[in-house]
Amino acid sequence: MSHSFDEISQQLKRRHRKSARLKWISMGALGLAGLFLVLFFADMLSKGLPAFQQAYINTEVRYTEEASRDGRLAFEEELLPLISRTVVRVIPLQLRNNPEMIGTSEQRWMLATSEVDQYLKGHRNRLSDEEKAEIDERVATGQVDLRFNKTFFGSGDSKIAENAGILSAVVGTIMTMIVTLLISFPIGVMTAIYLEEFAPDNRFTQLIEININNLAAIPSILFGLLGLAIFINFFGVPRSSPLAGGMTLALMTLPVIIIATRTALRSVPDSIRHAAFGVGCSRWQVVRDHVLPLAMPGIMTGSIIGLAQAMGETAPLIIVGMVAFIPDVSASFTQAATVMPAQIFTWSGEPEQAFVEKTAGGILVLLSVLISLNAFAVVLRKKFERRW
Amino acid sequence: MNSQAPVMNQQHAPDVGQPYTRNEQACHDLSIRVRDLNLWYGKSQALKGLNIDLFQKNVTALIGPSGCGKSTFLRCLNRMNDLIPSVHIEGLVEMDGQDVNAGKMDEVALRRRVGMVFQKPNPFPKSIYENIAYAPRMHDLVSRKADQDELVEKALRDAGLWNEVKDKLQEPGTSLSGGQQQRLCIARAIAVQPDVILMDEPTSALDPISTATIEDLMDKLKEQFTIVTVTHNMQQAARVADYTAFFHLGEIIEYNDTKVMFSTPAQKKTEDYISGRYG
Amino acid sequence: MQTNQLLLLFCTVLLLLGLVAFFVGRAKAARVRASGTAMYAQPGQYAWFAVLSTAGPAVLVGAVGSLLLLLLGANIPPMYLLAASLVVAAAGLAVGVAQVKPHFHARQAIERVIRWVLTGAAMISIFTTFGILFSIISEALRFFQMHSFWDFITGTTWNPGASFLAAAGRGDGSSAEFGSVPLFAGTFMITAIALLVAVPIGLLSAIYMSEYAPQRVRTIAKPVLEVLAGIPTVVYGFFAAITVAPIIVNIAGFFGLDASYNNAVAPGIVMGIMIIPFISSLSDDVINSVPDSMRQGSLALGMTKGETIRDVVVPAALPGIISAALLGMSRALGETMIVVMAAGMRPNLTANPLEDMTTVTVRIVASLTGDQEFESAETLSAFALGLVLFVVTLTLNLVSVLMIRRFREKYRVNNL
Repeated sequence: MSHSFDEISQQLKRRHRKSARLKWISMGALGLAGLFLVLFFADMLSKGLPAFQQAYINTEVRYTEEASRDGRLAFEEELLPLISRTVVRVIPLQLRNNPEMIGTSEQRWMLATSEVDQYLKGHRNRLSDEEKAEIDERVATGQVDLRFNKTFFGSGDSKIAENAGILSAVVGTIMTMIVTLLISFPIGVMTAIYLEEFAPDNRFTQLIEININNLAAIPSILFGLLGLAIFINFFGVPRSSPLAGGMTLALMTLPVIIIATRTALRSVPDSIRHAAFGVGCSRWQVVRDHVLPLAMPGIMTGSIIGLAQAMGETAPLIIVGMVAFIPDVSASFTQAATVMPAQIFTWSGEPEQAFVEKTAGGILVLLSVLISLNAFAVVLRKKFERRW
Repeated sequence: MNSQAPVMNQQHAPDVGQPYTRNEQACHDLSIRVRDLNLWYGKSQALKGLNIDLFQKNVTALIGPSGCGKSTFLRCLNRMNDLIPSVHIEGLVEMDGQDVNAGKMDEVALRRRVGMVFQKPNPFPKSIYENIAYAPRMHDLVSRKADQDELVEKALRDAGLWNEVKDKLQEPGTSLSGGQQQRLCIARAIAVQPDVILMDEPTSALDPISTATIEDLMDKLKEQFTIVTVTHNMQQAARVADYTAFFHLGEIIEYNDTKVMFSTPAQKKTEDYISGRYG
Repeated sequence: MQTNQLLLLFCTVLLLLGLVAFFVGRAKAARVRASGTAMYAQPGQYAWFAVLSTAGPAVLVGAVGSLLLLLLGANIPPMYLLAASLVVAAAGLAVGVAQVKPHFHARQAIERVIRWVLTGAAMISIFTTFGILFSIISEALRFFQMHSFWDFITGTTWNPGASFLAAAGRGDGSSAEFGSVPLFAGTFMITAIALLVAVPIGLLSAIYMSEYAPQRVRTIAKPVLEVLAGIPTVVYGFFAAITVAPIIVNIAGFFGLDASYNNAVAPGIVMGIMIIPFISSLSDDVINSVPDSMRQGSLALGMTKGETIRDVVVPAALPGIISAALLGMSRALGETMIVVMAAGMRPNLTANPLEDMTTVTVRIVASLTGDQEFESAETLSAFALGLVLFVVTLTLNLVSVLMIRRFREKYRVNNL
């Protein structure tokens, strides 16, 4: 009735092969996911890193009387097609602020047009052959060069590719995040405290819980519709403002913070609570003096992760109008502003080749901020992690 | 107690030291031979130089206080300890003339011949029918549907479960009661037609009536299979086992015919344990 | 005076009154205590009670008043409102200080208030849901007054065309058609492609991580996969449009097929990559919580590891795996930026994924970002589409939660 080991082993060979196949396939799937990630980052880096450099032309600038009216007149005629159109405004502005400079001249590195920039980086461009020859000549003598792109980090959006920068978007993001955090952090933490420490276990509490889990899974664009219909149309919050965007994102971040805070509160062992009750603390005193301090690292970690999520969110902000063209850094919570992802979205719609690079550059900035935030959250958790 | 001491001290039973001869007694065919078996979990040694012969078509009970290594030993017999990464084994476990720990031994083939029933019933999340038919089908024991039906019925009958479940074979195995689930697991094990069935405290999670049913079942099953069972319950060992081994701190203190062991234990420790001084 | 200035004034005065309440309350309590009378609460608690009784009613009056202003039109001049709430604050201050008495349970009073505040915070999440529902439904209803619900659900042509002219009083808008079938077809096509990518890769990765991978690999692989979920969708959209779409066009061209640069495959694949971690992480948790006794039971019958995983572990984890896939699906349906940037704008009812097609979310964005009158049918159609999206994703989420709950009850695991 029974088979010997050899007979069985013979039959098992095929099955072992199949079993091994599952292992390799599943390993391959994980590898594939990792490969996507590597390819993605390689692609973004190769597209975006050049954005941090920009073509500049070293030339003589003559601060003449005429140049204070039209900045182009400060340069040699033949160079004009290569120098950024921004000089039209920049040179007169400079002369108005420093009138004593009129009549002098100096050697200066001037911003080149995006076409020169793209030519130097070996990308598609619209330069004529003569212009290319001219540039090649100047590159050989060191008069044209790629240098660190101060404009990208130092100025706001612009329709002129070489003049477009991410600063106004960064400031807009910071302001929006301040609004988001100010609203969602206290409300989120209070909700979590109520649910974990105070709420009776009844249908109402369960309703709130289901509702929170559901909010966490609702498509973000629907929060945009809410923001548009309630905050903007009903309460009259100014459209495109960090206030409108921040409030919308706050509602989106709320469930993340609530869930993280509840987990943190739950990980504080009951023995701590019992001990505090035992020395005569009231429920609120127990929470405030004993549970919250212990749960704080977890709450912070969750909030930072929620903030990072909100920072990368675009769809609801488009709906509340935060894709505006913002050339100057805005200074008020109620003025129109843009945020980093929205800026990336705007740039990605520009047809010029130079904007592809800007888009990828903006993406790199956004990703590095997000990665730093998440890394900070991980470090925070590691540092304060406590096993009970 | 050292490994040289005889592990059986009754004249009917074969002595470990002497090679066993086939003609002596039909019911004493050797099934599994264990020599100098040592096992470590990481750095701590859980089994210390075990020597034991397990006989075909008998019930052998392993008894002893918790943590004495009896379950660990049981899991050596079908290499379930391989699943724990930190385990390290030395020594000989021989079945059918082959060392089961040898590199060329396929542990899947071994488990095909040495089945196991666990402490807690663990039916698969499948129908009652599939719980039993699954393994024989994978092992190519049946090819036609009719054979498969027959095999399922036979296994369920052997496990004494047929009359209770014949009308609901398509219901999930988890819908049965605890005792029924455990018999389903036994049916599942015997459907593969193994040589040996290991039982790891098969009744400890069950009520007394289910326990009695399963004890009766073990008595019947030993006509076809070698059964090795771990039990906490000395009365159970006395009731069902032909041979009993007493484990203590990773060593086999005494191994003997059950009746002899319970009436005249050779070792002081055994006597103390049986009489309930500790355990 | 401007609203901003009024608000500032209100806050400043309230802050001052609050400070007064705190110090007066504490001083009085300290005096009472110093006279040797035993008190129920600490001086600080009396002080805080005074602050609460000053600020609480005043803020309430202010908030309710401004809400009434907004809802019923400006019947009350804001100045009166300010004055009224400040009077209430002053009265509250008087009451609060008067309550500093030995037999008053200040601490319990404070804690009752705190409890109410916490409950109020918890209500905000409910308000959010109702806010979403209310805003979407009310605008959607207005849309359905203009265009029939039936045409919206069954129509195969989406052509908002001249609806904005109608809203501006020119033209009759009759040429506008709002048949949403092509939008939903596009959405489901892209979602299906995304799931085809994400479910196998996510599930197999989860199997590898929970069943095969050594501990070291797992501790690295899990967070690395999570990175995929943390990348902003706008970045994925750029990746899909700039990098993946041309690759798809080239590959299609290699096989002699004609593919649009706005084809559905590129956003589908990229969306799939994005939801891999949603599926792998939940599946991993579920597979890990399948009891080990299942695996041992199968191995003890002489099954290979592969057979055990395929026939025992995965079926046992199936409710959780389906639940993960449903969650992923709900993500994909509601995903906006990837399709806005990489999929087409043209409503196109086709089964060919290489053609350009548009989705529900793309239309929502498109109809709300133009320079249109809010009242136009096209703008309102965004809310009708949003309503359908809400219902579908809500259903998926609820089913997913129910399945995971069933799994949890079956195996009595608490960490899911």
